[in-house]
Amino acid sequence: METLSLIGTTNRKGQVITDPRVMMSEAPRTPSFFTGSEVIKEAVRRANVDVMVAYPITPQSEAAALCGELFAEGYIGDYFRGESEFAVMSQCAGAAFGGARVFTTTAGPGTLRAMENFPMWAGSRLPIQCIVTCRGINSPLSIQPDTIEIAYLMQTGMLVWHAETAQDFYDWILKGYMVSEEPDVHLPLALCCDGFFVTHTKDTVDLTPVDMCLPPYDPYRSPVPCMDMECPPVRMMRDPFVMKSNYISYATHASWQQEVWAAAERSRKHTIAWLDGLIETENVDADILIVSSGTAVSQGREAIRLLADEGIRVGLVKIKTLRPWPEEELREATKHASHIIVPEFNVIGWLARELKATLPYTERIIAGPRVCGGMTMPPEIIVEEIKKAIGMRSGVLAGRGS
Amino acid sequence: MSKERITISPDLYDIMPPDYQDLVNHATYGKEDRGWKDIGTSKELLEQHSLCAGCPESMAFRYILAALPNPEDTVMVGSTGCTSLVFPHVAIHNIHSLFGNQNAVASGLKRALTVRFPNRIKDVVVLAGDGATVDIGLDMTLQAWFRQEKFTTICFDNELYANTGGQESGLMQKGFVAKMAPVGKLFDKVRLPEIARESGCHYIVNCTVSKPSLVERVVRNAVLIAREIGPTYLQLYTPCILEIGKDSQEGLQEMRDAEKPNERFAFKEYISEPAKALLADIAAKAKDKKAAAKQLVS
Repeated sequence: METLSLIGTTNRKGQVITDPRVMMSEAPRTPSFFTGSEVIKEAVRRANVDVMVAYPITPQSEAAALCGELFAEGYIGDYFRGESEFAVMSQCAGAAFGGARVFTTTAGPGTLRAMENFPMWAGSRLPIQCIVTCRGINSPLSIQPDTIEIAYLMQTGMLVWHAETAQDFYDWILKGYMVSEEPDVHLPLALCCDGFFVTHTKDTVDLTPVDMCLPPYDPYRSPVPCMDMECPPVRMMRDPFVMKSNYISYATHASWQQEVWAAAERSRKHTIAWLDGLIETENVDADILIVSSGTAVSQGREAIRLLADEGIRVGLVKIKTLRPWPEEELREATKHASHIIVPEFNVIGWLARELKATLPYTERIIAGPRVCGGMTMPPEIIVEEIKKAIGMRSGVLAGRGS
Repeated sequence: MSKERITISPDLYDIMPPDYQDLVNHATYGKEDRGWKDIGTSKELLEQHSLCAGCPESMAFRYILAALPNPEDTVMVGSTGCTSLVFPHVAIHNIHSLFGNQNAVASGLKRALTVRFPNRIKDVVVLAGDGATVDIGLDMTLQAWFRQEKFTTICFDNELYANTGGQESGLMQKGFVAKMAPVGKLFDKVRLPEIARESGCHYIVNCTVSKPSLVERVVRNAVLIAREIGPTYLQLYTPCILEIGKDSQEGLQEMRDAEKPNERFAFKEYISEPAKALLADIAAKAKDKKAAAKQLVS
């Protein structure tokens, strides 16, 4: 089935299958006031999803349940509750192996419970989309926002995008399928956002028309065979590599791992076209830059406004995709900066580490401010960090141990 | 998949591997009365295997693959273990993803195939070892049955972890001394067939693979019932001759010993009421067909 030829026809729910570029860029948009969870539902409504598997874990439970309503209304082919995140991600794998467009959501401890599946998804080249509404994973139990799980996801071979706003989320769910289903990519996408801050707050989001949807997934564009017995089942190999300890076996595994990461690199050209670049920049000729991802970017924007009132000019780099990592774009955007401030919602500062590993003159990079365990990040602490970096005195903030 | 899909363009025929030519010319795709008697006269769906010499699992594989009622539209799901060394040789699409998640993968797969091919039969068959089915994967095994997922689960019960070198498993007999059971296993063999019945399986058989005709019958029943009604479960004794100290030629006798009355693999079969009705219906239709054919001849 060549799905572009279906454009103009209708899907199982009567939505018009629309050229995705027309749908995303040209079709009229309706401003709507929704929570992040409702926005996920509205995006999935238009994504022509075949199978969704759900499991409750805060803060993604509401979105996962709302997608169930879509199934009841006939927008999703099949939907059920799995028994654990490990099982859910395996169920998603089975559905994707069988040629379905698959959607799921998880968060925090669920992400870690499911973790064994993610490198398997990538290695099996399954273009599943998993929404990750980040929350704490530590003990004692926490359900509060914290982005530490992204550090684990970044090493799985999946595409990893980090949405700042509900609008990002809406657009990227739909665009995400278009990127991850490309034959030269064909990888799963972890589409992350900061739990609660995005999922449980209301925002105005411009929605595409409800009677338009993406073209269906065409599993026969996959670089590996779809497991539906619709193509000849040739014997895959004479000797399974798992039982061989020889050079050919090692070389096969090594080259496949490299190919998975190369596929993520190849997603750049598609992602740049769909997301209008892997990063977004403002005033990068400034001496001071805030470089961040997720809602820390929003807090950065507020800090920039506060500093502008004091006559201090600060530029901004919003990182949209963590995998592929926009190294060249970041080098270019930060080439004038003497101070790079990296605000993060996690204890280890994985974004600052990543930046230090890839940018020259790492002494410019300030790994903070960092908050975690559900703490909010007032723009004032970003302001304070910047003033400290440039040698300015700043007012002491209450509750900071001083 | 129609048989046309696997035919070879005449211009390319001579460069295709002999295995594949053989598959096209002599396999039993689409043969309605296929079964264990095809073994030896047709191309089997298992091309060689990499198991130990004399491993009863290799017999089980050959009988099961010969018995599948609809191999041209069957997808199998495996798990890590000795079986995962065989699956790459099987001429049926098969999925290996992780250890123990086979019934979860099969749940997603069966649903996807149902969404994509609403008017066609697509059978899903899980085949995994006892460690995958009963220990690490027990949750997903049972949950698939609770949900009444329409696929067959086959457990190759060799009563230990064979591929990792003979460690204790839940299906091992009490008292057996093995790796990780240095003073003998302290608890009874898990009674999964009984648990399967309580969990909603519609067809359950506990037996050995000593008789190909029996394997053919139970596999066929299990697949047809799963297709129409709900989950089915086969627990087949495939002893690991290596780990119980037997020789290559002793596997068959080991199974015959284990299936004697009152032994742990004496033939046991459970059929739910709806499944009984289905089997009766299938038998009646087969009888009518036979009678009609006979009438045509006479």
